[in-house]
Order: sequence, then structure tokens, then C-alpha cells
Amino acid sequence: MIEVKNLTKKFDDFVAVDNISFKVEKGEIFAFLGPNGAGKSTTIKMLTTLLHPTEGILRVDGHNPVTESDEVRRSFGIVFQDPSLDDELTAVENMEFHGVLYDVPDKLRKERIEQLLKFVDLYDRKDSLVKEYSGGMKRRLEIARGLLHHPKIIFLDEPTLGLDPQTRNHMWSYIRDLNKNENTTIFFSTHYMEEAERVANRVAIIDNGKIVAIGTPEELKENTKTSSLEDAFLALTGNKIREETGGVAEQMRVMRRAWKR
Amino acid sequence: MKKIYILWLRQIKRYLRARSRIIGSLAQPLLFLLALGYGFGSVYQEAGKGDYFNFLAPGVISMGILFTAIFTGIEIIWDRQFGFLKEILVSPTSRFNIMIGRTLGGATIATLQGVLVMLVAFIFGFHLTNWWNIIPGILMMFLIATLFTALGTMVGSMLEDMQGFQLIMNFLIMPIFFLSGSLFPLEGLPKTLSIVTRLDPLSYGVDGLRDVFLGTGHYNLSTNILILVGITMLFLWLGSYFFKKIEI
Repeated sequence: MIEVKNLTKKFDDFVAVDNISFKVEKGEIFAFLGPNGAGKSTTIKMLTTLLHPTEGILRVDGHNPVTESDEVRRSFGIVFQDPSLDDELTAVENMEFHGVLYDVPDKLRKERIEQLLKFVDLYDRKDSLVKEYSGGMKRRLEIARGLLHHPKIIFLDEPTLGLDPQTRNHMWSYIRDLNKNENTTIFFSTHYMEEAERVANRVAIIDNGKIVAIGTPEELKENTKTSSLEDAFLALTGNKIREETGGVAEQMRVMRRAWKR
Repeated sequence: MKKIYILWLRQIKRYLRARSRIIGSLAQPLLFLLALGYGFGSVYQEAGKGDYFNFLAPGVISMGILFTAIFTGIEIIWDRQFGFLKEILVSPTSRFNIMIGRTLGGATIATLQGVLVMLVAFIFGFHLTNWWNIIPGILMMFLIATLFTALGTMVGSMLEDMQGFQLIMNFLIMPIFFLSGSLFPLEGLPKTLSIVTRLDPLSYGVDGLRDVFLGTGHYNLSTNILILVGITMLFLWLGSYFFKKIEI
């Protein structure tokens, strides 16, 4: 379903993704793990047509994200790591917008929006502007939106960041059902190792732009002679804390606030 | 088609929810209209040119449209910074349709803003020879609005953040406004200025609007429309080209 071969992405001199290769089969739940700044999001962005690779071959649902971007875009849904909602619209309006862009037929769209908003427990607040939502509520809405069009592949970039255990479990059970019933391929990244251990069929660990290990959670534990995926992860990537630079986005948020008032 | 509609609808909703902005962007055109309109009125009259306030009003309406259009176009930078642009870009929507949807949304907003300026101008004494001309006038305003929203969106899609905003204000919007004949007649200009005004797309918009409202155009009305439509097409095409190039 997803095929990556000798993929490299450079930003000027900085190599964010360094010659990685892997495959994800249809119906698989695949975890993509790594410390901050390891190249996870960059890889996901390349798979989802937002960035062009410097070198290498990519296939998503059999199509090339660079040259056949429309076919690729039709095949997946994504929950981004950072916010991507329109704050000035209501929850329902955000969902509607998404449903229309993905050609979900009117009747089905209405049904699913209601069902998903109930599922993430936002139905009572469906007509409130998103800017009035708390962080957790926004996160839940993003997840609901990403699931709206029932894609063949779902990309989840740290989807459970900032969610309480209840919501996290709730969300994963929905995604597993989707995986079972519709044979949806799931590709996700997370910092919660026990989460990856529990739901993923296979795991890839990326560090400094290179894949350092790939296999089932059991295989990784065996190879590193550790008892949990977290220990295996630390054994493979070391204990050093990584630097990550704050982007312009945060500065802009501050600026915009000043600008609007 | 439906996708274009939903992109359009989103912008209209956002506009109607930001009431302070609607009022705020009326202030500048109003200032120009009153200070210059009344200030230069008598000089203009003595030069034998007639009613300056009436001459100026279409220029100031165009100014309101120009500013709103370019700003709503450039708003795409906010979408980029707040992540919503990603949501649009990963969707299976052709880049040309994204460009069209956004442009029509912004153009509708800018036209509404132009209509508001026009209504205010009426209150202060702007008058038409034939009031039925309001309808073709609004169409003309929409044409101007579409052109400059397309330009703004195109510029916005090339910028990463608002750092370049001052640059756009001083090197794009202001020259377009001041060199368009919004404030002065196009007849009898020095050679250089005359050439520059011909290169400014707003010249044709203002002139067309004056022609429709007052029947005193410098160029032919159909020339004006043809040039405006042509440039709009060019910007739309260029804009969707730049959209394809966006990487986040």
C-alpha cells in the first residue's frame, strides 16, 4: 500500500531524511517511531504530497505522490501533528468543508458528521466556533475530521498528543474497527511506546533521518534483549535529548493576536 | 463546482463574523474621500473640471476594493501559518479550483466592501446621472475585485510569513493605488506618468467605473473590460501554477 525506496530529503545542507526504505502492506497498522526531529513528519509530508522528495521512489496506493498527486490525495486521510482547523468556523462547518472537498455524498456526509461528532463527544458543542474549544476538544475534532471520508490509508502524526487515556483508548478502538471492517491501512507516529506496542502490527524506528530498526514489536524486543518497546526504543536511539527549533508558526500566532485586537 | 462553492462560503462566513474589520476598512477610503474630495473641490472647480467629489468617488470606491481584495488574497499566509492550508492542499481538489474558489470568495468580500464605500459616498453627496447604472457599476466593481484578489492570492502563495507585508504595502498596493488615476484625471499628464498609468491595471478599473457611473471615461469601456478580464485570467493561471509549487 505504501512503498518507500531510498528516500532522501534535504533542506539546503541539512539532511532530514537519509536514504530510507520500507513497505507497508494493505490492512497493516504500522507505527513510525523516533525522537523529536528524527524525520517522521518530513516523511509523512512527502507521502501526503505536501513536500517533494530530493531523491528516491515513493508509492502510495500504487501512485507517485509527485506526479499523480490527485490519485494519491484521494486515497488517504490525515490527522496532522499541529492544528489545521479553521478557528473562525464551527465544528460542523469544519466537518462539512472537509466532506465536500473529499466528495462524500450529501446524505452520507450528514450521517457521518453526526456519528463522528457524537463519537468524539462534541455533538453538544457542534455549533460553537472552534476558537472557543479547549486544546483537547480541538484535537478530537481533528481526529473526527480525518476519519470522515473513510480513506484507504489513514496517516496519523502523533494523533494522541495531549489527549487523556479515555479519549486515546476510545479513538484507537474506533481506528482498529475501521482497520478490521474496511481493511484500512494505518500509518501512525507517536511518542507513547506502550500505545505503539499495543496497536501496531509492525514498527519502524527512525533516528537522525535513518531507519535503525524495523519489525514487529516482539522482534524489536528480542533483537535488543529488552522487555518493553520503550526499552527497545531507548536501546536503539540512545538517551540523548534532541533539539527541536520552534518554528515561525508560534511567532505568527503571537503577531496575529496583536494584529486582530 | 461544489468544492468551489464551499471554499467561497468559508470566506464569506469568516468575513461576516469579523464585523470590526468591515467597519475598520471603511475608515481609510472615507478619509481620502472627505479630505481630498472637499479639500481640492474648489481648485478643481476653478480649473474648469467640474465636481471633484463626484470625480473622486469612483476612485475611492476602487481603493476600498483594491485594499480589501489584496488583503483577503494575502490572507492565505494566515491559513498557512495556522495549518488550515494543509487541510486544503492534501485534499483531492485541483489547484485551479482552489485558486478560483478563494478568488471568488475574496472578490465577493471586496465587492461588498466597495458597495459599502459607495453607500457612504452617496450619503456625502456622490450622485449618478442615472441611478440604474448602479447595477453595471457593481459588476464593474466585481471585475476589479476579482483581478486584485487573484493578484493577492498569487503573492500570498509565494510568501512564507508576514515579514514581507510592509514590502507589499509600499511596493505593490500603494503604487497601484496612487498611479491609477484614482485621484487625478488621466488627461494631460506628463509623458512618464502617462506611461506608468497605462501599466497599472487599476487605471482601467477606475476608468471603467467612472464611465459606468458618470459617463466620463478616458478609455473605451470595452477596452477597459477586455484588459481587466485578460489580466485576471493571467493572474488566475499564474496563481494556480504557484499553488502547485507550494510545499509546507
